[in-house]
Amino acid sequence: MLRIIVCVKAVPESKAAESLKIDPVTKSLPRLDIPLEINPLDRNALEVALQLKEGSGAHITVISMGPPPAGDIVKECLALGADKGILLSDPAFAGADAYATALTLAKAVKKIGEVDVVLCGRASSDGATEWVGPELAVFVDMPIVTMVREFVKTDGKNWVVKADIENGYRLVQAALPTVFTVTQDANTPRTLSFSGIIKSRKKEITTWGLNDLGVLEDSVGLKGSPTIVSKLAYVESKRECEFIDGTLEEKVDQLINKLVEAGVAS
Amino acid sequence: MSDHINPVWVIGEKVDGNIPPICFEIIGQARKLADELDAPVEVLLFGKGIRDRVDSLFHAGADVVHVGDATGFEVYQSEIYLASITALVDERKPQIMLIGSTFMGRELAPLIAAKLGTGLSAHCIDLVLDEDGILEQQIPAYGGLMSIICPDKRPQIATVARGVFPMPTLDESRSGKILQVDPPPEMITRVKTLEVVHVEPKGLPLETAPVVVAGGAGAGSSEGWQEIAELAEALNAALGSTRPAVDEGWTDLETMIGQSGRMVSPEIYIGIGLSGEQQHMVGIMGAKLMIAINNDPKSPVFGQVDIGIVEDCRQFVPALVKALKEMESDPVRATHVV
Ligand SMILES: Cc1cc2nc3c(=O)[nH]c(=O)nc-3n(C[C@H](O)[C@H](O)[C@H](O)COP(=O)(O)OP(=O)(O)OC[C@H]3O[C@@H](n4cnc5c(N)ncnc54)[C@H](O)[C@@H]3O)c2cc1C
Ligand SMILES: Nc1ncnc2c1ncn2[C@@H]1O[C@H](COP(=O)(O)O)[C@@H](O)[C@H]1O
Repeated sequence: MLRIIVCVKAVPESKAAESLKIDPVTKSLPRLDIPLEINPLDRNALEVALQLKEGSGAHITVISMGPPPAGDIVKECLALGADKGILLSDPAFAGADAYATALTLAKAVKKIGEVDVVLCGRASSDGATEWVGPELAVFVDMPIVTMVREFVKTDGKNWVVKADIENGYRLVQAALPTVFTVTQDANTPRTLSFSGIIKSRKKEITTWGLNDLGVLEDSVGLKGSPTIVSKLAYVESKRECEFIDGTLEEKVDQLINKLVEAGVAS
Repeated sequence: MSDHINPVWVIGEKVDGNIPPICFEIIGQARKLADELDAPVEVLLFGKGIRDRVDSLFHAGADVVHVGDATGFEVYQSEIYLASITALVDERKPQIMLIGSTFMGRELAPLIAAKLGTGLSAHCIDLVLDEDGILEQQIPAYGGLMSIICPDKRPQIATVARGVFPMPTLDESRSGKILQVDPPPEMITRVKTLEVVHVEPKGLPLETAPVVVAGGAGAGSSEGWQEIAELAEALNAALGSTRPAVDEGWTDLETMIGQSGRMVSPEIYIGIGLSGEQQHMVGIMGAKLMIAINNDPKSPVFGQVDIGIVEDCRQFVPALVKALKEMESDPVRATHVV
């Protein structure tokens, strides 16, 4: 049976995330203690796995690196149909950049052992680097195909997928085991069902920390991150707004005049 | 410029037989950084039949071009490109490596960084050197700008968003050294691109359109969105969007402008029913004239544009479209206005 690992990140809820602003006075980062949700694109990655499971059968392990509350996100994945959930959580993991995150996830993938397919979202909504999938692939010595929008052939050991490129796609053949990152076009993720929640009640999630992964403290979290944030700046626009006043008709006329002046309308 | 100073690298690429503008934009910026560091600019270009394009890279500012003009490099194959690039890094030891945020770049950059054990920043909108000559890689975040540095590991690698650096003026008198790169012999690859398929893009391309009309959550419904799309058409403008418009399904992700979308620098930008969130606004920093239409006079968008109109877009946009159409069908008025 196909053994799939899906990497799922707990991210700040999108509505709440927008209120996160750099403080214009202190130039410090906002507090990040807001509700978490499954990174939207990771739902697409999980959906790929769930459809494969419903098709020819698969065993799905979800892994997530994050603080203890991210355990709820892993549980939600179990309720959606994943078989096993692993939370990678340790104070030493905090402050990781994409490199250290990928390295930590890679250690977990290796510890899990036999695997055919690793699925990631194309990007996380908060980090949004797109780097974790490819870097993880290097660390576990698997090849990768990024931006997959369609899994064309998924039987046997050689899969064929369509991956986005500028104005089109490429058709790529991949010999398993391979890492794939999935775009929002791959499918429409399912929502939680009542029976799923009931069934998942019995499923337990596993938590692995620094010692379980057998990694040095220096290679994970902030210490293991080659990049650091050196400065935060608050950007102010240099433009000054001239308001167009009057009735609706007058405003339309004035705007058209401005557009004509600028050479657009004629 | 001396040869023992570690070079500034640019990973070029070929799309449809051409070198896309982003490569030149990055070479322009690499040249500036390299001049400050007294270092040479080296460009890598893989593909088949590309040798006659190399001169333009020298004109843009390259000192050395590593050319992989071979069948093995014809289409992008991640494992072959990765092996060749990392081998060349060992030899040339670049201190900085810049890569376009293209589809190829976004896959290749993290593979290179992980393989070399160094850091990588994503989709930068500015690159400057600090007092110590370390590359400050700036990305938008939390309504501001975040500078990322890679203090210890080398090279310092960054991907660069399209359209944030100007096209350099080409100096046809510049030339440089061409060095040949050969693909690794008989490499067994696990993933293989079988075919590259191009699909005609829908609508006007955002990156090159002189006028961009962008709609946001304020459109309110797909009907409201349709009105904004008609305005774009009437002005012969490209249609852009904010994230909520994409999330609502009014338009494709392809049209989203901003940090996670496209970077555009039109002559004129007209933002309608959008609040001027920084993640969107960073995508249009280069626009010359900026206009906003919003029903809330206190909307932060007005602090970031040149012309503001406080109106309900559901009323204003159809009225504007009607007036534009009348102008077109009424030459007397049209000539009068012109
Ligand atoms: C990591 C990250 C990356 C992101 N990347 C991007 C990105 O690349 N691009 C992007 O766009 N967003 C991005 N976002 C989202 C971004 O933060 C904002 O949520 C988004 O840009 C807001 O879109 P909006 O202005 O359309 O909506 P809103 O902020 O909801 O603003 C709607 C505006 O419309 C006005 N309005 C309402 N009704 C009317 C009416 N009838 N007539 C006229 N005006 C009206 C309102 O006054 C309001 O100002 C990102 C967010 C994160 C966290
Ligand atoms: N902390 C994490 N735990 C599990 N998966 C992650 C984590 N961070 C990133 N990923 C995976 O990597 C993808 C890309 O993330 P990013 O590089 O942050 O854009 C995400 O869609 C996830 O699949």
